[in-house]
Amino acid sequence: MDETLSQTGSEILIQALLDQGVDVLFGYPGGAVLPIYDALFQQNELRHILVRHEAGAVHAGEGYARSTGKVGSVLVTSGPGATNIVTGLADALMDSVPLVCLTGQVPTAMIGNDAFQEADTVGITRPCTKHNYLVKNIDDLARIVHEAYYVARSGRPGPVVVDLPKDVLIATGRYVGPANVEHRTYRPSIKAEPERVAPAVDLMARAKRPLFYTGGGIINSGPRACDLLTELVRLSGYPITNTLMGLGGYPASDGQFLGMLGMHGTYEANMAMAECDVMIAVGARFDDRVTGRLSDFSKGSTKIHVDIDPSSINKNVAVDFPIVGDAASVLEDMIALWKEKRVSSKRDGLAEWWRQIDAWRAKDCLSYEQKGEVIKPQYAIQRLYELTKGRDVYFTTEVGQHQMWAAQFLKFETPKHWITSGGLGTMGFGFPAAMGVQVAHPDALVIDVAGEASFLMNMQELSTISQYRLPVKVFIVNNQYMGMVRQWQEFFHGGRYSESYMDSLPDFVKLAESFGVTGLRVERPDEVDDAIRRMIDTDGAVLLDVRVSPEENVFPMIPGGAAHYEMKLGPDGAAMGGREEDGMVLV
Amino acid sequence: MEAAVERHTISLLVDNEAGVLARVIGLFSGRGYNIESLTVAEVDKSQTVSRINLVTSGTPMTIEQIKAQLGRLVPVHKVIDLTTGAPHVERELALVKVAGRGEERVESLRIADIFRARVVDATNESFIFEISGSSDKLMAFIKLMEPLGLVDISRTGVVAISRGMSPL
Ligand SMILES: Cc1ncc(C[n+]2csc(CCOP(=O)(O)OP(=O)(O)O)c2C)c(N)n1
Ligand SMILES: [Mg+2]
Repeated sequence: MDETLSQTGSEILIQALLDQGVDVLFGYPGGAVLPIYDALFQQNELRHILVRHEAGAVHAGEGYARSTGKVGSVLVTSGPGATNIVTGLADALMDSVPLVCLTGQVPTAMIGNDAFQEADTVGITRPCTKHNYLVKNIDDLARIVHEAYYVARSGRPGPVVVDLPKDVLIATGRYVGPANVEHRTYRPSIKAEPERVAPAVDLMARAKRPLFYTGGGIINSGPRACDLLTELVRLSGYPITNTLMGLGGYPASDGQFLGMLGMHGTYEANMAMAECDVMIAVGARFDDRVTGRLSDFSKGSTKIHVDIDPSSINKNVAVDFPIVGDAASVLEDMIALWKEKRVSSKRDGLAEWWRQIDAWRAKDCLSYEQKGEVIKPQYAIQRLYELTKGRDVYFTTEVGQHQMWAAQFLKFETPKHWITSGGLGTMGFGFPAAMGVQVAHPDALVIDVAGEASFLMNMQELSTISQYRLPVKVFIVNNQYMGMVRQWQEFFHGGRYSESYMDSLPDFVKLAESFGVTGLRVERPDEVDDAIRRMIDTDGAVLLDVRVSPEENVFPMIPGGAAHYEMKLGPDGAAMGGREEDGMVLV
Repeated sequence: MEAAVERHTISLLVDNEAGVLARVIGLFSGRGYNIESLTVAEVDKSQTVSRINLVTSGTPMTIEQIKAQLGRLVPVHKVIDLTTGAPHVERELALVKVAGRGEERVESLRIADIFRARVVDATNESFIFEISGSSDKLMAFIKLMEPLGLVDISRTGVVAISRGMSPL
């Protein structure tokens, strides 16, 4: 016992992290966390990846978490270190990513005195974390760390901050193990009430125009939820659409998959949403990017909504059959009931519904034409998909047009291979996230599909991937514009391209080379395949600058504030119904 | 068609730890909900549990959201909507300072007597009345004091508890 008593706060912290199964920390040192860095130096079980900006650390933690399902761990110093992770915390909260971020803090006696590098971290991060803690006493340290991991990963996952005053890190105390550390009262419900599931399944069995609509909750619930979803969808013979966050939750190559829905979703998915009579929403949150104009959203359908978070239910859209529970658990119950009922997937009405869906599909809403001497961004991404198909490949993205094309043209058969900032839409996310994915999956092919503007936001991490020899591939869809901003300006602001042109871009090839990363460029459509192959086949990190046509727009598009049936299919497609004003109000 | 706005009294049991009130208030300001009244005090010392009573208003869908969001806060044990639940009692206490002389002073005492308000401090020119009861009763009393030299009011906000023998 004596030995356990003599541990310092930093040693207790590291022991707690190890006992929580942490194998890597993404971090950046500073005065307040020097005791932790000292303790890290004296051990070799816990790996530390030194990022080049704290924003990189937190997104790398997200990449790690999103690609493994495990909690990502981040370590930063007080004050500016802590404030630099705020965007990543908000990002992780929006997309329900389990993170524990350890922040240094000034000594307890100095808190509140405007000490050097003091910030009210707990106050600043309260609205952008699932929960946060200030450890004021060494006796609470181990318990709080264990609790933080429990809270981060259980129920609807999310980011947790543990703020660590320097005196607590230096003090000595007793370690307590993780056994039985559960929060006193925090107990998310997993199993749904059976009396809620049965009537929902009855309704599903009677549906004439059913549609599954599933989101990130399926991915977060885990691979079992994805398998069960696939089983139920196949048993029923019903069509399914995924949200941006839900891609990979159902195999994209399957005939029952209608693609992504929402603002830049497929015509068939959005029309099916508009016309369905029974909607089965699982782990999706009726985001405004999915629903479009709320008053016209899937007006005729009876809605079933399964979610682990009661606050997601009836938030934007009133549903008829709310079911609170973990997706895997509820899907399992649904499958059991479905099998009992022996519902036929060959019912008359259903065939009619599929005929309608096939007619919508025949529009081929994602089609584009690659002609001339300039590379179309869609073509570049489609070739990237074709040439990486079948490999152990993970894709991350930045935010903008390239992200939407990636969502449209990359196809995911399995969960956790598609890593994108959905809820917050954080430019600069994809590159550090790719770094985190690569750390978790050293042998996988990890590609950041990037916009040139987004990449500039966290490009300092080139130094990190170089140091740790992380073979991340950066695929820059370089249209020399903040393309998504330019698109909105074209549609909603009279083509006044205010501040959306990317002037003075660096020479990306030279930039990469200056960090010891291979830089490549491709400018002609007939050279795209070769360039992608070289990127894949080159050992180590590669940055590929793909020069694409600058003024391409993402279609289909449901303008903000419009209804699903008001979708614009292409440059010469139907007008958008003159909703310019509404579009301007919405973000 | 917009749903009608309702007033609800909600009681929470929370861990009595630093920042818990900030979490509750931050939720209301961050998501644009109303708080009409809020009270908080420790109710179980051994368990370090506090009770928060709050009065809010919104459409039924908003009220449901408020409860679900409150329930999501990690240190919140229990969220009970007293307005939709079993019958309950609501009380509020106010200290009301009235300054005046002569007939107005006498009149204020007479009204205080009708409302069963107690005098807790008196000078030759002022009284402080302590009054408790429903918020409506307090408002009525305050209104009557206005022409009689009302100078200051301090109210506790609503505390509430369900009727009958069962706990929250
Ligand atoms: C941090 C941040 N700032 C601003 C925005 C707003 N925004 C959304 S997309 C976009 C342009 C992105 O440009 P680029 O990375 O080149 O991608 P493209 O749309 O051209 O494919 C901007 C500025 C954002 N999403 N995130
Ligand atoms: Mg761009």
